[in-house]
Amino acid sequence: MNEIAGMLVSALGQGFIYAPMALGVFLTFSILKTPDLTVEGSFVFGMTACVVVTIAGHPILGLVAGTLAGAAAGLCTGLLQTKLKIEPILSGILTMTGLYTVNYAILGGQSNRYLQYEAKNSLGVTVNKPADTVYKIFQRDFGKDMSSGMTAFLLTMIIVIVTCAVLVTFFRTRNGMAIIATGDNEEMVRSSSINADVSRIGGVMISNALVAFSGALLCQYQKYADLNCGNGMLVMGLASVIIGLTFFSNHSVTIQAVGVVLGSLLYRIIIQIAYKIDMPSYAVKLLSAVIVVIALVIPWLQKTYKKKGGRR
Amino acid sequence: MSSQLKLTDITKKFEANTVNEKVALDHLNLTVEPGQFVTVLGSNGSGKSTMFNVILGSLFPDEGKVYLGDKDITKLKDYKRALNIGCLYQNPLRGTAPNLTIEENLALAYTRKASPSFFALNKKDSAYFREVLSTLGMGLEDRMKTKIGLLSGGQRQAASLLMATIAEPELLLLDEHTAALDPGAAEKVMALTKKIVEENKITTLMITHDMEYALEYGSRTIMLDSGKIVMDLTGKEREEMTTGKLAELFYGKAHKRG
Repeated sequence: MNEIAGMLVSALGQGFIYAPMALGVFLTFSILKTPDLTVEGSFVFGMTACVVVTIAGHPILGLVAGTLAGAAAGLCTGLLQTKLKIEPILSGILTMTGLYTVNYAILGGQSNRYLQYEAKNSLGVTVNKPADTVYKIFQRDFGKDMSSGMTAFLLTMIIVIVTCAVLVTFFRTRNGMAIIATGDNEEMVRSSSINADVSRIGGVMISNALVAFSGALLCQYQKYADLNCGNGMLVMGLASVIIGLTFFSNHSVTIQAVGVVLGSLLYRIIIQIAYKIDMPSYAVKLLSAVIVVIALVIPWLQKTYKKKGGRR
Repeated sequence: MSSQLKLTDITKKFEANTVNEKVALDHLNLTVEPGQFVTVLGSNGSGKSTMFNVILGSLFPDEGKVYLGDKDITKLKDYKRALNIGCLYQNPLRGTAPNLTIEENLALAYTRKASPSFFALNKKDSAYFREVLSTLGMGLEDRMKTKIGLLSGGQRQAASLLMATIAEPELLLLDEHTAALDPGAAEKVMALTKKIVEENKITTLMITHDMEYALEYGSRTIMLDSGKIVMDLTGKEREEMTTGKLAELFYGKAHKRG
């Protein structure tokens, strides 16, 4: 029983950490209706920016830096899409590819960097102490009686609920609504005298800021940043979005956003169960891809099946 | 408030300097007085749509100038012009965002005149939207929270008409906006158009292929052919024109060219 509860907490904890990323993918894929591959780069960009600032001793600023880094990546993709008229998919690939170099440079020419890194010089004096993270601070201040896994889970949950609430509120403002309408009918937005390019760039920026925020959270949670963490991120995000939207496709954007967070949780539970039945960890990506394919095909199958049923 | 629209010496070529060169607008001159309702005739390829696109800013002319009121808007970006120009197309899907509600669509269209508020929807504007929707007589005022994509073509076009005019534009462009509707819905939308245009005295250009509409609505009828205005009817001359004679003229032009 305890084992299952522990597994669930771990799965949900991860689900919450990746939830902002799923919300970011939701924003481009489902609201702006232009799939954005920047995600794979901006997730790592969030990690690398965060790891550097966190090591310098500012864990909260680390999360902020990671988020801003993502926004900058989004700005780049957005400008490529709108001002230079490059195909959205290619724009994302270009930014993602360029970011690899940037991320590598930020990590100082290594492929990963640890927050726990402790070094002693030749005299045996500690010159480098493990960096503080928001999770450690939270544990120290509020979670003395709880396990570290539990406090991490609680903190991430609170952060994600706040993030989701802010995003949902934003969608109800005029600028937020303009972004939804831009994905729906860009021409209508322009004829309402709203600069659709700005809406589009803004949307891609917010999307990547969310993705990078996820990366920054993961970095502090697992206490290291790694260049390979972004691989397959878009498909994982899509899996969460599609699982979430299966249940809420015809609802308002507010409910859909909540659905996406739930989708992220559900996705991690599925993955956790797969691990439990001895799936090797390298099989996650194939499993994610298969989930996305199945989820995309089901509505189409339902339609054809219904049509046939109707003819009889 | 309505303004004068003036096109001076507009030329627009597609694929210029190639064997496929097509002159869409050929030194076109047109002045529409404030509050005037002009119907525009012309066969396919005569330059009507190009003229609209030049006025709207989705195409820039090779030569010539576009004035709205006393402002030169030739180089102004399309979304900036949209502040003063409302537009409605044949396809009811073009003017609305299907996944937003009727209320939200109106709120976006009303952006330039909206009351300041943190959220896009506010009580004051919503009350106003309800009031204007009720003038349509379609019961849409009770369905303001419905996604606009769920409405019928006629309802959606009527809503688009409201969206195009709700922020009181100086100029209204109608591109065969009833052509895709069934006859009943078309009549209804035309009647609404007439009412809104007359009440607000908006300068209006309406492209139509319906000879009856061309003479019945507005006070002036022009015909385009090969990028030029080949007929301009007002006053007595227009009153004496019949749909039969107009059709003859129309097909004569089309035939000669084809």
